[in-house]
Amino acid sequence: MADKNKYREKFPEKDPDGSNIIDPESHKFIKVWQGPQHPGITGNMSLELILQGDEVMHCKTHVGYLHRGFEKLMERRRFIQCFPLVCRIAVPEPDFNEYCLAATLEELAGIKVPEAAKWMRTLILEMSRLTSFLMWLGGQSGAFGLGVAGQWTNYVRDLMLDRFEEISGGRIYRMHIPPGGVRGLTPDGFRARMEETLQAVEAAMKDVDRTLFDNAVFKRRTVGLGYIPPEMVDAYGVTGPNARAAGVPKDVRRDHPYLKYPELDFDVITGNDSDVYTRTDLRRKEILLSVDLIRQIMAKMPGSGEYMAKLPNVLHWKIPRGETYIRAECTRGEYGFYTVTDGSGYPRRINVRGPSYTHAVALMEKLAVDCNIADVAGLMSSLHTYPPEIER
Amino acid sequence: MRLKDVLSPFLAWKHLFSPPVPVRKPLEREAAPRYRGFHQNDMEECIGCGTCEEICQNAAIDMVPVEGIGTRDGDSGLRPRIDYGRCCWCALCVDICTTGSLTMSNEYQWIDTDPDVFRFVPGAEAKPWDERKKGYRKPEHYELYNTERIPMEEVPPEARSKSFIEIVKGYSKAQALREADRCVECGICIATCPAHMGIPEYIKAVREDDMEQALRVLYETNPLPEVCGRICTHKCETVCSMQYKGDPISIRWLKRYIADQVPAERYEEILGADAVEQSNKKVAVIGAGPGGLSAAYYLARLGYRVNVFEERAEPGGMMRYGIPEYRLPYDQLDKDIGYIRSLGVKMTFNTRVGKDITLEQLHKDYDAVFAATGLHQGRSTRVDGADHPMVFQAIDILRDVTEGKKIEVAEKIVVIGGGNVAMDIARTLARLQNQKYGKVQLILTSLESEDIMPADLEEIVESREENVVIEPSWGPGSIKIEDGKIKGLNVIRCLSVFDEDGRFNPKFDQNETNFFEADQVIEAIGQGMDIEYMTKKFEDRLEMTPRNRVKVDIFGQSSLPWLFLGGDITGGTDAITAIADGHRAAKGIDKFLNK
Repeated sequence: MADKNKYREKFPEKDPDGSNIIDPESHKFIKVWQGPQHPGITGNMSLELILQGDEVMHCKTHVGYLHRGFEKLMERRRFIQCFPLVCRIAVPEPDFNEYCLAATLEELAGIKVPEAAKWMRTLILEMSRLTSFLMWLGGQSGAFGLGVAGQWTNYVRDLMLDRFEEISGGRIYRMHIPPGGVRGLTPDGFRARMEETLQAVEAAMKDVDRTLFDNAVFKRRTVGLGYIPPEMVDAYGVTGPNARAAGVPKDVRRDHPYLKYPELDFDVITGNDSDVYTRTDLRRKEILLSVDLIRQIMAKMPGSGEYMAKLPNVLHWKIPRGETYIRAECTRGEYGFYTVTDGSGYPRRINVRGPSYTHAVALMEKLAVDCNIADVAGLMSSLHTYPPEIER
Repeated sequence: MRLKDVLSPFLAWKHLFSPPVPVRKPLEREAAPRYRGFHQNDMEECIGCGTCEEICQNAAIDMVPVEGIGTRDGDSGLRPRIDYGRCCWCALCVDICTTGSLTMSNEYQWIDTDPDVFRFVPGAEAKPWDERKKGYRKPEHYELYNTERIPMEEVPPEARSKSFIEIVKGYSKAQALREADRCVECGICIATCPAHMGIPEYIKAVREDDMEQALRVLYETNPLPEVCGRICTHKCETVCSMQYKGDPISIRWLKRYIADQVPAERYEEILGADAVEQSNKKVAVIGAGPGGLSAAYYLARLGYRVNVFEERAEPGGMMRYGIPEYRLPYDQLDKDIGYIRSLGVKMTFNTRVGKDITLEQLHKDYDAVFAATGLHQGRSTRVDGADHPMVFQAIDILRDVTEGKKIEVAEKIVVIGGGNVAMDIARTLARLQNQKYGKVQLILTSLESEDIMPADLEEIVESREENVVIEPSWGPGSIKIEDGKIKGLNVIRCLSVFDEDGRFNPKFDQNETNFFEADQVIEAIGQGMDIEYMTKKFEDRLEMTPRNRVKVDIFGQSSLPWLFLGGDITGGTDAITAIADGHRAAKGIDKFLNK
């Protein structure tokens, strides 16, 4: 890492704990709000930055621009009515919400999901990961001024949305994982079209490789930026690629296997030095892993069979008193629903554990300090956060 | 820095001459076959049950009246109006739709400058996608409720064929809870039930295992739940919205379950109404059948002093003297009636109005009179030989069985008729034949073909299980008599029973005949009424209908303001109609006496 302090004035002085002492009266500082409309901020949140020159001295995050109160709304919805609601908690990968809700209700109500439905769910979740990574890659490269890679990945993402549309009838909100199973298996000819799309993804990734990863500008700006030391991982609740890039092999798919992941062959991808470049590169590998996993799932999943368990009448479905925590590995890390039921027809409390909360708030406030203002957007993107899931 | 890192990004230029990627023009692109687009609704199939409105978590659906669609049995007359400003396209409304009428097309584009047009009733307002074949349909084998009825356990035919033991065993608690769970609470049944019972409400109470509340709901509209829980014609079930994808809810058996769960001793504690001011006014009720008992119950609840005059020695009317014990055990009937009597309703038995006491006298002694005397006179086919002593009226034999009299039971019997009374007598005699001869030789023949036989399907099925032979589509020709003894019944083929206008006008094929051997013939083709006690004295002042029935208003009030009528004599066909009439008459009498 370059020693940035070499070029800096004596200002500001540091507290004994190492944080910058900021005295507004000194007129040496300037406050800038980045967001909530700034494209470099991934969604509707904002950073209150205190700068000295173009160096960030202090960062405070602000959320609340997108508060829709899902957790509270769910307490006033019947269990089945939560199903169309939860997908909105994390728009780019809604399926993890659907899965977590469905698996929660199934566990608490004692419903056994058919095998074909489990395969279908695994397929949808992995497709969802791939789709989300493709969109994220556009944002990451765009944040450093390289718009073209994002155009390519968003095109192949669109092809993935076509595949989702075929399966579920929805492009963004798939709503294909209701409690009890799935709403249908893959349509005729799906495998061939999926394979075609996967090949398009691989082709696009080759181009991205050359333009983004073998790119002097990108390397100069990202290597060493936003470094997460391994000891921060647990202290800050870092999960997913952000943690794996630091060499910590955290992956819910491996650590707490769910659905059909135990039957799939994959290694947890890790990196060294979790800086922006490493994290981006790790996610590139994750994209290729997802492509491989989708191929494995397609080869193993049955083409027919029961896909929906028998449900009680959902209009007055009561679930026995209980509590559970259901988690899955989304693109950003551990995604979980902690749910308490009280025997009534409504959930008593559902708490959504989205990885964005820890990454975009606590971690971002720490990492932004001492960055250049021009790198803040790229740093934010590299943590891969979705503000809607911070404000459930 | 590597040279490669400087040159490599320029590879992007290789796409300089590639065509732009979004080559598919949005306006021409067709969505996937499963696409969840704008709704379609088949107006004919939709019954307006409102489950779509119920499940929609966005409150995007309102059930609204639609021009050209009226309310009728099994159809609320309402249709879903969807507000696309609220709809989230989740398709739960399609999944829950009880009839399958609501679907989604794969159309997703519609541009208009008027925001109000995005709220409309699919199917009622013509849209370009109405006929689209593609779009989201509820997947097969994917149900958001249980479509199959919890089967009712019955005593097997071999165990019941010689006795009058009750056939239907009733639901256990677990079975009742599972059956009650199936109800979607659409309430379509309420309008069809003659008594407009709070069906979804008591089913909900079953689900919540709150028998006290359930019993209270039953008694709001029906003081004979043990009876109706067994022998009701359950018109509610014929319109139940669950029947379209599976079986209708066992509404009748759930009602029975409730009444069976609560012991008679607890009725007063549960139902005991707030102290009603006792009125000095007196009401006479003629006939202790379902109509009379219902009126007596609700009048007593309103504080009136009620006296019920009954021709027979015990109360119940047709419920006791018409319906066999294997369908309605007397102790269950007594449980219902016992509670009504416990409210202070007086009953005067062995008193026939018109013979033992006149209607005039009742008019003098009481402030109002409610008459529900029923149909107790069997009709004859009047074919040759019908006056033979071994030709009986079903209704007479059923009455004699209840009263414990000795019954003529021949070795071979023919029953004429296709209604529930015919089934009752056939199955009663089959039991008696079994007891006497050890076998059943009984033919039931009806004018109607099996598909339009008025008897309940379960009666037909159970009759066959009890070895009754059913011969539909025959009209009685004559009874063959030799040496003063009946030999059998000559029948001719009946081609149709009703004419094009739906009137009774049977057509026969004289060339196709048959002969059913028998020593005894039972006629069960319907009953008539005897209301001479009423018409004779008040002939000049009692307004009649063109069909020679006493004209009454909605409360059963005749042109003599103090005289109310109900039950079978005003056109009712079953116990529940009579119960409803009795309830309405009680309200009418209350209104009349409080003018």
